[in-house]
Amino acid sequence: MPKHLPRLSGVLVPLFAVVVALLIGAILILILGANPLTGYWELLKGAFGDGDAIADVAVRATPLLLVGAGITIAFRAKVINIGGEGQIIAGALVSVVTSMAVPNLPSILLIPLVLLAGLVGGGFWGFIPGALKAYLGVNEILSTIMLNIVAIQIMNYLLRAPLIDPDQPEAGRIPQTARLARNADLPILVPGTRLHLGVVVAIVAAILTWVFLFRTTQGFKMRAVGANDAAANYAGMPVKRMTMLALTYSGALCGLAGSILAFGSVSHRMYADGSSVGFTGASGFNGIVAALFGGLHPIWTIPASFLFGALLVGANAMQRSIQISPALVGALNGLIVVFVVSSSTLRARVARWMER
Amino acid sequence: MAEFFTVTVLISVFASGVRFATPYLLAALGETLGQRSGVLNLGVEGVMLLGGFMAYWTVLETGSRLLGVLVGLAVGLVMGAVYAVVTLVFKAEQGISGIGIYLFGLGMSELLFEKLVGTSRKIPSFRDVRIPVLGDIKWIGDIFFNHSPIVYFAVLLVPALAYLLNRTTFGLNVRAVGENPEAADSLGVSVNRVRGITILLGNGLAGLGGAALAIQVGQFQNNITNGIGFIAVALVYFGAWRPVGVLAGSLLYGLVAATVARWKVMEIVTGSAASFTTMAPALLTVLALAVIARRSANAPAALTVPFSRGG
Repeated sequence: MPKHLPRLSGVLVPLFAVVVALLIGAILILILGANPLTGYWELLKGAFGDGDAIADVAVRATPLLLVGAGITIAFRAKVINIGGEGQIIAGALVSVVTSMAVPNLPSILLIPLVLLAGLVGGGFWGFIPGALKAYLGVNEILSTIMLNIVAIQIMNYLLRAPLIDPDQPEAGRIPQTARLARNADLPILVPGTRLHLGVVVAIVAAILTWVFLFRTTQGFKMRAVGANDAAANYAGMPVKRMTMLALTYSGALCGLAGSILAFGSVSHRMYADGSSVGFTGASGFNGIVAALFGGLHPIWTIPASFLFGALLVGANAMQRSIQISPALVGALNGLIVVFVVSSSTLRARVARWMER
Repeated sequence: MAEFFTVTVLISVFASGVRFATPYLLAALGETLGQRSGVLNLGVEGVMLLGGFMAYWTVLETGSRLLGVLVGLAVGLVMGAVYAVVTLVFKAEQGISGIGIYLFGLGMSELLFEKLVGTSRKIPSFRDVRIPVLGDIKWIGDIFFNHSPIVYFAVLLVPALAYLLNRTTFGLNVRAVGENPEAADSLGVSVNRVRGITILLGNGLAGLGGAALAIQVGQFQNNITNGIGFIAVALVYFGAWRPVGVLAGSLLYGLVAATVARWKVMEIVTGSAASFTTMAPALLTVLALAVIARRSANAPAALTVPFSRGG
């Protein structure tokens, strides 16, 4: 068989995974007594029905893309970052506090400043598990998950006490900030839609991530450490430093997503619903799905994020028509992760079988 | 704070500590078995959530707690079978596929809860059984010997698992497969069969842990575990891959959870400050991981390494 087969299957296998997951989802919907065809049709219309819907998809894809690009850096350096949720929150909190400190700065300065603050906040929240792994050997999967819980509770505390919107009646106050500085509002690109500057920032960040990983010395070192840390060490590369930096950069991109979520939101407030999902939309996890789907390649992660953004936006329309919770898409995303990581040996098997 | 440090309150807090430790213990013992055979299962949290929901729903519909517990176990076994195929046949990267299982369990339990139940309704919690003689010992009896059968089951599982691992042929095979699968294979031990069994049992215990949690709480809510499954994985590291160590860690977490819960009830911690007590177990885990990191040399040598003959 032709040699290019594995490359072709490199695109086909993830798509196949999505199709199989959607089929399983259809069976689930049937079992729960609803019509999957109606549901999926509404999902499709909800995601691509009109310009507003497409703009919503792009906005929903933005944090997925940034988290996905961050995850790509980490995974390429063989560091598993499950801490996206916490890093998004850390980035958002630092950028929100920054905007409160200098709310009257002109937009041209304030917007870059709050985005930078997001990078710093998320980067710090990635640096902690990065340093713990590099210098103490702490398992980063466990530490990043635990730091998610810590970040959520810090958010809950800050939004319930010091940062709470004071202009609320005393009884039944919602844990949310006041209207954030107007000068920090991310400009709307297409009037009448939600499409804002953050979408462009995310795409540029993904391209820069590609440049970093494949066109800079440090990116090369990181990938070398990920491919074979013993060999990289033998070649004189600072393995520990690279491990620490990979998680820091990964966290920084997630933190940028947090900043964009806060200043690109419709309400222009940051609010907490007790868990992280109300604010992040579980982007810290769904971004992992997008990154894996994009084959851990920052450029391919762009269309992958839009696909998963569409699924998530469409899921809300599906709920309205057939009363099936959008949590279905979360469950299917889990299946897609399992399928995609199972597929590398599957791919080899198919290739071997075709050669016979 | 003074009203917390009275004998009556402390004894009841210690007793709830033992009860709260049970879900951690069940899940962590299952994870210990899996890791000793060289398989890391990060899906515990997802298995606990789905097992917990199905157990809750079963009790809600039938009123039988025993049936609920068995359904939780069954969910764990089914999810374990899937994970066994993913890990042993497709040799998927264990760290990431486990996250897939987690996302699946999280989403499924939420979806089913909203569709089948809607607003949470109470179910009857476990009934406590006071052990004769031992249960009458002052203080000790109240703390350790007045619990529901699932608590006793979890604690008795500790010596049982230690015996299985250290004194039986199967346990020897588990350890051999976890340390040096090539050598075990050359001696005729089927690496995949041993790992398949540990994955099934380990996930079954995670499902049981979820059931224990949901029925102990007496109701279900989305993300009810809130990290218990992930902490259970960490407990295996703290316990240095030994059942007794895992028991000690589980009791510590149970005690922290019980203390935090009591402080909330007694209004020692109120309002926004509750965030700090809620994050305590997670923060404790990060710190403990940092302290014990150097001991990780005790980890099974083949942990997370897939086995394929001649490769």
